[in-house]
Amino acid sequence: MKLRSLIPSLAALALALCGTALAPVPAHAQGLTLDVINGIPSAIPITVVPFGFESAAQPPSTDVAAIIRDDMVRCGQFRTLTGADIVEHPTHAGQIHFSTWKLLKQDYLVIGRERDDGNGQVRVEYELWNVTSQKKMLAGAYNALPEELRGVAHRIADQIYQAITGRPGAFYTRIAYVTTTGRGKDMQWSLVVADSDGHNPQVVVRSRQPLLSPNWSPDGSQLAYVSLESGDSAIYIQNLATGQRRLVSARKGINGAPAFSPGGRRLAMALSFGGSPEIYVMDLATGKLTQLTHNLSINTEPRWLPDGQSIVFTSDRSGKPQLYIKPVDGGATARLTFQGEYNSNSAVNDDGSQIAMMQGIGNVYRIAVMDRKLDNQVRFISPGPLDESPSFAPNGSMLLYASTGGSGVGVLYEVADNGSVRQRLSLVNGSVQSPAWGPYRIPPGPLARQPGVSYVAPGSAQTPSPQAPR
Amino acid sequence: MNTVARISLAALLCVGLAACASKQEVKPTPPPPPPPPPAPTQTAPVSNGKFTPADLNTNACLIKRSIYFDFDKSNIKPEFDDIVACQAKYLVDNPGARVTLQGNTDPRGSREYNLGLGERRAKSVEQAMEALGAGADQFTVVSYGKERPICHEMTHACWAKERRVDIVYTKTE
Repeated sequence: MKLRSLIPSLAALALALCGTALAPVPAHAQGLTLDVINGIPSAIPITVVPFGFESAAQPPSTDVAAIIRDDMVRCGQFRTLTGADIVEHPTHAGQIHFSTWKLLKQDYLVIGRERDDGNGQVRVEYELWNVTSQKKMLAGAYNALPEELRGVAHRIADQIYQAITGRPGAFYTRIAYVTTTGRGKDMQWSLVVADSDGHNPQVVVRSRQPLLSPNWSPDGSQLAYVSLESGDSAIYIQNLATGQRRLVSARKGINGAPAFSPGGRRLAMALSFGGSPEIYVMDLATGKLTQLTHNLSINTEPRWLPDGQSIVFTSDRSGKPQLYIKPVDGGATARLTFQGEYNSNSAVNDDGSQIAMMQGIGNVYRIAVMDRKLDNQVRFISPGPLDESPSFAPNGSMLLYASTGGSGVGVLYEVADNGSVRQRLSLVNGSVQSPAWGPYRIPPGPLARQPGVSYVAPGSAQTPSPQAPR
Repeated sequence: MNTVARISLAALLCVGLAACASKQEVKPTPPPPPPPPPAPTQTAPVSNGKFTPADLNTNACLIKRSIYFDFDKSNIKPEFDDIVACQAKYLVDNPGARVTLQGNTDPRGSREYNLGLGERRAKSVEQAMEALGAGADQFTVVSYGKERPICHEMTHACWAKERRVDIVYTKTE
């Protein structure tokens, strides 16, 4: 409940920044602009020293150290030194003066260097040091093309995050969202996939009719979404690499709210061909539909628990929308939410212990997170007044949600699961809505090779000593 | 009929109130003014009692094609009974006519729930018109939920404009 008293100050800060922070014009027309809204002083201090460039050639334009630094800050668990506060610039272990970083009250230090490695490739070497123990926790290297360096930076940030917190990082992930431009008859919708920090946006579909509710397949290769391009709603699954798509359901009435099962073989959805929206589960191999709810109210927004055994959904069977849970193979329905007038739009974290939702009280709709390990205690992580569509990063450390401002313009926020740091992703000339955070691009654990990027295992690194986040 | 009943009820109330008030007064008061005559809303067809496609653009009732709703509600409010009735009569008079009922919601609440709410509103209008004799095959229902806003301010006045069903004729006879 301490968080509650924090909310007004969060809101005030956000408003202050909205007023003053002029969004820089992005290089790409579709690009989102990212502003960090606030931070907390109790976060873990880590310095990411600018990486050295050790070849005669022109250094690549991507600043790997800056991307790592931004990742550490936006997850809400770290704070970093920037600019002139980074008083020394070691790029090799032998150049580190630990006394300097102790004086600056830093717990961790990241150093690195890059060099031209031939064939247009850049070699990036990095090390993570514990300032107190003066021990190396992590070291590794990547060979990559210049355009792959942002991805490399996110992967290094993931390893640093894991070495310090013990949890896998989720920076090297993607997000999907819908943008709208124009108004009235000129309105246009685009379904876009971008890096988790809003960079590298790629349009998946464009339409003159609404697009909504993108949902990732667990392997990240496909998106299910709702399109009204035919005049009424239909559910499609589209392969992101090939662009091929499959019409999954275009029955009479609503075809909405698709959600892949954790194994990716089934798709839950809301269909109203029987009269009112009900939850169905489709076997994607056979197309066979199984009806999960039988109720004359609105039943929608199914979300799978990680074990694939139960589905959380929204229903207004009791008068107002509330969240319910039901086993997929039949069984009793249980109501999950009792606090707040309007609860919908749920999202489930990686271990099923946290359920985020849109909670409305009066005319204020905020993102609330229910902790199933703490007697279903609910905490608010957004200030409102019109926040919706929460989704968790695959490691559960952050949430992505949409927010509508006073002039009806939609923006996205990424917020740490403790509510401490929020950053805004906005479009210069349009609205952003319906976000969905994608899965890990590389499964946590040993790093898989990806075409074009080679990873050199940290041979000389000492055993990382995981430390619980503060 | 409904309108007439309501007007006479209003007139009765006026008389009653005036009577109560006059008891307090010593001096005799002038009789209450007669109720204003009903506004000349031309809801009935002129010619043979049946609406024709030409009436769609001229008839004072038929030109109204939007029904508005309260927040998170789908019941048709009494002030829209006349519109529902004249549009239903048009569909009865012109069995070949087809309409699409487009359900919309204000931006509060989640997108998918609002798709359901928009559909529920459109179906509520369909049922009311069918109860007045229109045929089920004359309707197509589509819900836009909150996806197609026409007003972009976060105000109650703006939201009231969004919570509606638009009646769109796709075939007039």
